[in-house]
Amino acid sequence: MTEKNMIAGRTGDWEVVIGLEVHAQVISEAKLFSGADTSFGAEPNEQVSLVDAAMPGMLPVINKKAIEQAVRTGLGIKAQINRFSVFDRKNYFYPDLPQGYQISQFSDPIVGTGEIIIDMEDGESRTVGITRIHLEQDAGKSVHDMDPSSTYVDLNRSGVALMEIVSEPDLRSADEAAAYLTKLRAIVRYLGTCDGNMEQGSMRCDANVSVRKLGDELGTRCEIKNVNSIRFAAQAIEYEARRQIEVIEDGGTIEQQTRLFDSNKGVTRSMRSKEEAHDYRYFPDPDLLPVNLSEDFVEEIRRSLPELPDDKKQRFVDDLGLSGYDADVLVAERATAEYFEQAADGQDAKTVANWVTSDLFGYLNKEGLEITESPVAAGQLGALVGLISDGTISGRIARDVFAEMCATSKDPADVVEEKGLKQVSDTGELETIVDEAIAKGTAQVEQYKSGNEKIIGWFVGQVMQATKGQANPQMVNEILRKKLSE
Amino acid sequence: MSVDKSTVARIAQLARIKVPEDDLDALADELSKIVGWVEQLDEVDTEGVAPMASTAEGTVLRQRDDIVTDGDCRDDVLSNAPETTNGYFVVPKVIE
Repeated sequence: MTEKNMIAGRTGDWEVVIGLEVHAQVISEAKLFSGADTSFGAEPNEQVSLVDAAMPGMLPVINKKAIEQAVRTGLGIKAQINRFSVFDRKNYFYPDLPQGYQISQFSDPIVGTGEIIIDMEDGESRTVGITRIHLEQDAGKSVHDMDPSSTYVDLNRSGVALMEIVSEPDLRSADEAAAYLTKLRAIVRYLGTCDGNMEQGSMRCDANVSVRKLGDELGTRCEIKNVNSIRFAAQAIEYEARRQIEVIEDGGTIEQQTRLFDSNKGVTRSMRSKEEAHDYRYFPDPDLLPVNLSEDFVEEIRRSLPELPDDKKQRFVDDLGLSGYDADVLVAERATAEYFEQAADGQDAKTVANWVTSDLFGYLNKEGLEITESPVAAGQLGALVGLISDGTISGRIARDVFAEMCATSKDPADVVEEKGLKQVSDTGELETIVDEAIAKGTAQVEQYKSGNEKIIGWFVGQVMQATKGQANPQMVNEILRKKLSE
Repeated sequence: MSVDKSTVARIAQLARIKVPEDDLDALADELSKIVGWVEQLDEVDTEGVAPMASTAEGTVLRQRDDIVTDGDCRDDVLSNAPETTNGYFVVPKVIE
């Protein structure tokens, strides 16, 4: 049998070794070294300063915010913050890199080693090491498909601040890689340092993949470049691992190379082989001084950190009594956690958690809405749970009220009032209705008396029908048991 | 250290400078002399000295506030480009 996380080959089981490099666009108004706008969706070359276009004589001046955001991200993954870091030039030629070099950080990055805890679907957690985070400039965008003989270049992204977040080769399966990306995205979103939007390219991932027999030295790795969704990253890794196993088992060897993932075909393929290996000739950028961070600066950012998903999950389980699974679901996105906490304020947390994860998510999924677009406000959902708790409506009626709230965004109390859905909890009234049900069901009464207690459901059904579902089910049960035993 | 012909060719390639085959020998000779001159620095004992990232140590890195103050000057940015269309720079196709 193949062990967990291993891929079965013809010659035995293979272990997949994965390290990820994530490029996360820093949330900031202006670029890393210029005052040009970073917002998405502008017309080509409208958000380009002469610095970004690398006009002669232009000098970079670092954006304070980018430094803060990198430190904030580092603290969020419990990483070493380097008080001294250096910007280097990484030299290469490409039309969308007007400087002829990218300003990046090589030997002295701003953030050192840290860790991210990933939560797997089977409830297990694993710690993945982070090697470093460094700041660098994004390049422009090359458009190859607008003209058969030319490439079009838009420099709007040129100079936008990126954090490159590098993991240790600690991941062992495509699922773990997906869990890592999901968690990293949640953390940067909680921190407000990157919007994590992979479709718009504000988070991109390079995956280094190799395979080996358990206990062997690391195999030769291939790098899959620029994957732009978590699902594609998992598909690309899975395909690449199986491709490498097949090559080796057929007697071949893995060549170290850069590959691209074709999401239409679900395969990775080699990029045009480079005539020679990259030689980036890094050296400290003489236009920029080293970055020195004071203890106070770092501590101030540390004090301003929000509660992060791991701590929030722990609190939901310990203090609110939620299951680990519900807590995971609720903390996965900051907006969801905020919604839940608002809704659960003063209400039974477990009941609210159920409503959020089943009814509300069900509705939002069906309508294709984000939680921030929910027609039912957090306070309204909380109020609905309150109406169930104080016996105004039953859980069943609450579903109808909820449906009406989804359609109209009305307060639950108003819906109950307008539709006359208030639960019948009047003992006298219920007793009369129960008496009628008993009178109708002579046969069922016999069955009950001869020991078939389940038949009580039939009587409850009768009462509910008579009251359009508005009878207080607990009271109906009590009255029925009392009367049937008479 | 002397720089040989193939190293010169490689440096030229990395710098995207076209160097005729006939010039390689002379350039190798010149570059070797330059490297030889700089190599005199090897005589200094730098054991235990951290590499220097800046000659202006003690000077504080100037930082800008996160405010949009620049850009929105497409015509200027494109004005030196040999070819443009619809606001894009146009360059020879760089992908096959």
